[in-house]
Amino acid sequence: MTEQTTKNNSRVLNDFIWAIAPVVIGLILTTLALIAVGADPAKAYATMWNGAFGNTEKLSGVLDAWVALVLCSVGLLITFTAGLWNIGIEGQIVMGAIFASWVARSVNLPAEMLIPILLIAGMIGGALWALLAGALKVYGRVHEIFGGLGLNFVAMGIALYLIIGPWKREGIASTSGTEPFPLPANLINFPGLSVGPIEIVIAFVALALVYFALRGTLWGLKLKAIGKNTRSAFWLGIPTSRYMLGAFALCGAFAGIAGAEQAVGVWARLIPSISGGYGYLSILVVLLSNFHALAVPFVAFFFAALAKGSVSLPLDLQIDSALGGVLQGIIVLLVVLAQGVRAKVR
Amino acid sequence: MDTNLIILTLASILADSSPLVFAVIGETLSEKAGVTNLSLDGTILLSAMVGFAVAFTTDNLYLAFFAAMCVGAIIAAIVAFSSIVLKLDQIAVGFVLTLLCGDLSTFFGNPYVRKPGPQVSHFAIPGLAEIPVIGKIFFDQNVVVYLSVLAIVLAWWWIYKTQPGLKLQGIGERPAAAFARGTNVNRQRFIYTLIGGALVGFGGAAYSLFVKLGWSYHHTYGIGWIALAIVIFGGWHPIRAALGAYIFGGLQSVSGLAQSIPAFANVPTQVFQTAPFALMIVALLLVSNEQIDRFFSGSPVSRKIWNSLRGTPPGALGSVFEQE
Repeated sequence: MTEQTTKNNSRVLNDFIWAIAPVVIGLILTTLALIAVGADPAKAYATMWNGAFGNTEKLSGVLDAWVALVLCSVGLLITFTAGLWNIGIEGQIVMGAIFASWVARSVNLPAEMLIPILLIAGMIGGALWALLAGALKVYGRVHEIFGGLGLNFVAMGIALYLIIGPWKREGIASTSGTEPFPLPANLINFPGLSVGPIEIVIAFVALALVYFALRGTLWGLKLKAIGKNTRSAFWLGIPTSRYMLGAFALCGAFAGIAGAEQAVGVWARLIPSISGGYGYLSILVVLLSNFHALAVPFVAFFFAALAKGSVSLPLDLQIDSALGGVLQGIIVLLVVLAQGVRAKVR
Repeated sequence: MDTNLIILTLASILADSSPLVFAVIGETLSEKAGVTNLSLDGTILLSAMVGFAVAFTTDNLYLAFFAAMCVGAIIAAIVAFSSIVLKLDQIAVGFVLTLLCGDLSTFFGNPYVRKPGPQVSHFAIPGLAEIPVIGKIFFDQNVVVYLSVLAIVLAWWWIYKTQPGLKLQGIGERPAAAFARGTNVNRQRFIYTLIGGALVGFGGAAYSLFVKLGWSYHHTYGIGWIALAIVIFGGWHPIRAALGAYIFGGLQSVSGLAQSIPAFANVPTQVFQTAPFALMIVALLLVSNEQIDRFFSGSPVSRKIWNSLRGTPPGALGSVFEQE
């Protein structure tokens, strides 16, 4: 073995250790948390595994979450490239769901025409809501974190209002959701499951599109320039405001599809927590992917499995389902910190 | 409306805003030093939960507030360490901590949900409480409320009237200049972020032990984000920020009254809960909008008033300082 390959090998090993150590430490800390609340960690992890992969229905649940996470994450890759923190993505999912619900409640068309209309409605809803956050940022100088966050709550308020008010179920007004949509069963899903081929294909297409658009086009390069230094990009002749608004709208459109998918495909009605927290979660997905598009589908799958797997914890073991979020948060925090430590040590 | 009701309303606004005041003052301190602690919403949740849990199990309120302050300081220490030592993105770390602490509060808070627990007891200051009107509003409260007012005054006095406070402004505005004058910028930033975090933690415990008693899922409902916005609204000035917190508290009690108006009877409470966030956007739009800025800059008098109402962020907020 030459000196070069030894060096390469040790570097690969080094990379591997730096990548895996935060995950291991995260698991250890979460295990300690489980012990602290008097739970059996082995049982808890087994329950989570079964909750995610126990049968076909459960796996399809993981996949529907995966679709939402991938769509939101690729959208966020665009806004992050432009240097924007689109925390408003949660509300953009909700708006997509509301627009798609509106179509689903009122339009009666054959499936092959209905599906594109539903998805486009979702895209429009998400994009408009994102543009609102973008306009607040570009024209109102309100930081997108606060504009977006405020709009998240407003979107949830609108969804709640619709559910309890105009779209309430016959006779009863309850926060459990609207009447199921008058749509053909299994419109976009595999029979009996919560996910279908269309959604999975859309997720992959979105991923591929964004990957190539950001890497291989002038548009992507300009967006990157804005993200690195908005002012110098502006002096170089890039219409920064328009590009930022465009980034918001695109991200919102992807989030809107995710919302439509949740409303139409997963729940078949509008519920108050329709976004499922996938918007915030996809910010963690992108951070853990270190902004690499190709890592997104894997990280998203891991997070989708954790999110869905932890749902069965309270039912089976009386452990709070927030455990999944704790594990996700700890891992992302440790990975981010590890990057900093590594850069410092090097 | 009779005077008695007005006095009672003002007293309750002063009391109900006290946790928010602690959070706002804490964050103002750390942002003045140049560090944005974005984790506020998670910090408040987790410290509220820990505060209540400690009070519930030990029945010792001093211990409860101390534990909550420790939680706030520890989270702030992670923010400070990652931004000052590791030079990581403060927003990213803060956001991850927001989500993580929120989930931690839900996970560990589960056994305490809707349990009755101890609370901060009422303590009228003898003598002063008998002063007409003012006594009822300011001196017929509990220790937490007195401390919240004290915190505002102390923070203002410290930042603007003392030597170390001047240094604090320096490390936030021009760290290089402060360093050249012999200030250990990064150590000072660390300390202020920790103190700020501890104050936020104290505010969190004030929620679960006094203003909104007990613990439930996402008990403080996004108030940390409101606090972050109020710091901006208050122009990074402790008194103006506290005023923002009181205005917010006042509007909340008004919206509480609005809910009882028959015309709004059909609007569910959950929708009213989201109103503060729409308000937050409007408030931020008001203080940061260019057109409004230009409008008020028209005449010297209005410009003077306007500039005293709004503030500018510390020059080096969010940036890393390399000290050699």
